[in-house]
Amino acid sequence: MAKKRIGGYAGIWTDEHLVVEAARKVHSMGFSKFDAISPYPIHGMEEACGIKRSMIPYVTFGAGTFGLLGGLWFTWWTSAVNWPINVGGKPFFSLPAFIPIIFELTILFAALSSVGALFVLCKLPQVDPPVIDPDLTSHKFAIFIPENDMGYDETKLDQLFKSMGAIETKKVAEF
Amino acid sequence: MLKRNQLILGNKTLADITEDICKPVETLPSKGWVALFLSAKTLLIFYVIILGIIIANGMGLLGVNHPNGWGTMIITFVFWIGIGHAGTLISAILFLFRQKWRTSVARTAEAMTVFAVMTAGLFPLLHTGRPWLDFWLFPYPNQRGPLWVNFRSPLLWDVFAVSTYATVSIVFWYIGLVPDFATIKDRAKNKFRRLAYGALSLGWRGTARNWSHYEMLYLILAGLSTPLVLSVHTIVSFDFAVASLPGWHTTIFPPYFVAGAIFSGFAMVVTLMTLVRIGIPQFKDYITIDHMEVMNKIIMATGLMVGYAYASEFFIAWYSGNQYERFVFINRAFGPYGWSYWIMVTCNVIIPQLFWFKALRRSIPVMFVVSIFVNIGMWFERYVITITSLHRDFLPSNWGQYAWSFFDSAVLLGSFGMFLTLFLLYLRLFPAVSIAEVKPVLHVGRKDLEPSSGGHH
Repeated sequence: MAKKRIGGYAGIWTDEHLVVEAARKVHSMGFSKFDAISPYPIHGMEEACGIKRSMIPYVTFGAGTFGLLGGLWFTWWTSAVNWPINVGGKPFFSLPAFIPIIFELTILFAALSSVGALFVLCKLPQVDPPVIDPDLTSHKFAIFIPENDMGYDETKLDQLFKSMGAIETKKVAEF
Repeated sequence: MLKRNQLILGNKTLADITEDICKPVETLPSKGWVALFLSAKTLLIFYVIILGIIIANGMGLLGVNHPNGWGTMIITFVFWIGIGHAGTLISAILFLFRQKWRTSVARTAEAMTVFAVMTAGLFPLLHTGRPWLDFWLFPYPNQRGPLWVNFRSPLLWDVFAVSTYATVSIVFWYIGLVPDFATIKDRAKNKFRRLAYGALSLGWRGTARNWSHYEMLYLILAGLSTPLVLSVHTIVSFDFAVASLPGWHTTIFPPYFVAGAIFSGFAMVVTLMTLVRIGIPQFKDYITIDHMEVMNKIIMATGLMVGYAYASEFFIAWYSGNQYERFVFINRAFGPYGWSYWIMVTCNVIIPQLFWFKALRRSIPVMFVVSIFVNIGMWFERYVITITSLHRDFLPSNWGQYAWSFFDSAVLLGSFGMFLTLFLLYLRLFPAVSIAEVKPVLHVGRKDLEPSSGGHH
C-alpha cells in the first residue's frame, strides 16, 4: 500500500461499558484523531467519540433521485422518441406502466451508490491492514490514539488507560 | 410489563459466541453434512442434465401446450421467488421494527433468499425457450433500429424487479457478512483461510468511525429493501393480474401474493432452521424454541391472510355476476383440477391451524411437518392459479389439460438440488449466525449483563 500508516498508543478493554467511558474521557480531554475499535457497533459509542452523523443518506438521496429521473427519461425516450411503437393502442408515453421500471431503478441506484459511499468513506477495500489485536473482532475493545494527535504522551496515556480499566496497553507501530 | 425471555441461552460470553459460530467454518464437516451434500449435489447434476436436454430440445418436453402456455417453469419460479421473501422480511422489515430476535435467524434467512432467487431466476430465462437470446430482455443499443423492449409489459417489469431484487439482496447479505469475515480472518490459524477470509472481509477493522457509516448503510439498505421486496411479488402478481383472463384478472392479487410469499418463505425458514439446529447443535442456544415459535406465529397469521384471500376470490367471483369468472372458480374447486385446489386449501389453511396450540407451535417435529405441508401447499397454490385459469377459458373449443411429463417432475425436483447444494455449502463456508449482530443483543433478558447506568435499550 502506498498510503502511509501512522503509529500510536492503544489501550485494550474487555468491558463494553468501560471502553465507552474511556472514549468519552479521551474525547473530553481534547483528542480528536483517536478511534475506538470494537467487534460490533456499540450503543452510545458515536456520541462518546464525538463522531458526526454519517453522510451516506445524502448519497442515497442523490443516487435515488438520479435513478428516478433517469428511469423516467429512459422509458420516455425509448418508447416515445427514439422508436415509438403502437402497442395495443396505448399512448407512447404510458407513465403508469413505466412506474414499476422507474421504481426499481430508483432502488437499484440508491442501494448500490450507498454501498459505494461506504467503501469510499471507510477506505475499503484494504489489503491486509495492520490490526492492534486479533481479538478486537471477537471479544475485546480498544482505543487507539495516533502519535500526531494533540497532547500525545505515551506515559500519560498509559496511566489514563489503566485508570479507566484497560487490561492491556501497548505501543502500536502502525495502524 | 412483560419480562423478556433470554434471546441467547447458555450464559455465553462474547468469546463463546465467536467460538460457537466460527466453529463450523473451521472444522471438518460431519458425516451427516457430507451425506446430505453428496445427495444434494447428485440432484444438482441431474438437474443440470435435465436442463441441458430441455435447452437442446425445446420447451415442448414439458407439459406446456395450447391453451396451457405457462406451466411448471412459471409455477416453480413463483414458488422459489416467494420463498425468498421471508429472508428479506426478517433481515429488513423486522430490522426496521427493531425486532431483536431477528439477529439469530437473519443471516441464514437471507442466504435462503439469495439462493431461492438464484434458483427462481433460471426458470423464466429457460421458459423463453431460447435462453441464448435472453439478453434481449434488457434494453441495450442494438442494430435492429434500435428496437427497445416493451416497457408496458408486466413481464418486462418482472425482469427489472427480479434482477434488482437479486442484486440488492446479495449486496445487503454481503455487507452484513463483512465484519464476520474479518472475525474469521483474525482467528485463522492457517495461511489459506487467512488469505481467503481476509479478501472477503475487504480489510474491515471495526473502528468506531467505520461502524458509524456501516450502521447507517445497514439502516438505509433495510429501508430500501422493504419497499423492494413488497414490489417484487406485487410485480410477479401483475404477470397474472394484468392479463384479462378470468381467475387472473383480480385486484386482490398483489397483497394476496405478498402474504403468500411471506407464508411460504417462513415455512421454508422453519424447515431449514429445524435441520440446522440438528446439524449444528451449538446453534440451539442462538436459534431457540422462542425464535421458532415467533416464526410459527407469523406462519399462522399469513396463512390466515391467504385463507381470507381464497374466500374473497370466491365471493368476488359470485358477486361480480360475470359468468366466466363464476365458472373459473367453480371449475377450480370442482373441475378436473379440483384435487390440486383441495391440496392447497388443506395444506395452507387447515393444517397451520395447529399452531393455535402453544405446545404444538413449540414442538420441533410438529413445526417441521407443518412447514413441509405449507411448502407443498404453496407450490400447489401457484399450480392452481396458473393451470386452472388457463386450461378452461372463454371458449369450450379452447379447453385442454396440462400434459404433465417426466420433465416437469424432474425440473421441480432438480431445483431443490440446486438450492440445497448452495445452502449446504453456505453452512460450511460462511458464519451462519450473524456474529456482529448477535453480540449486541446478548444482554437481552439477562440480569447479570443489564447495563448498570445510562442504558436505554
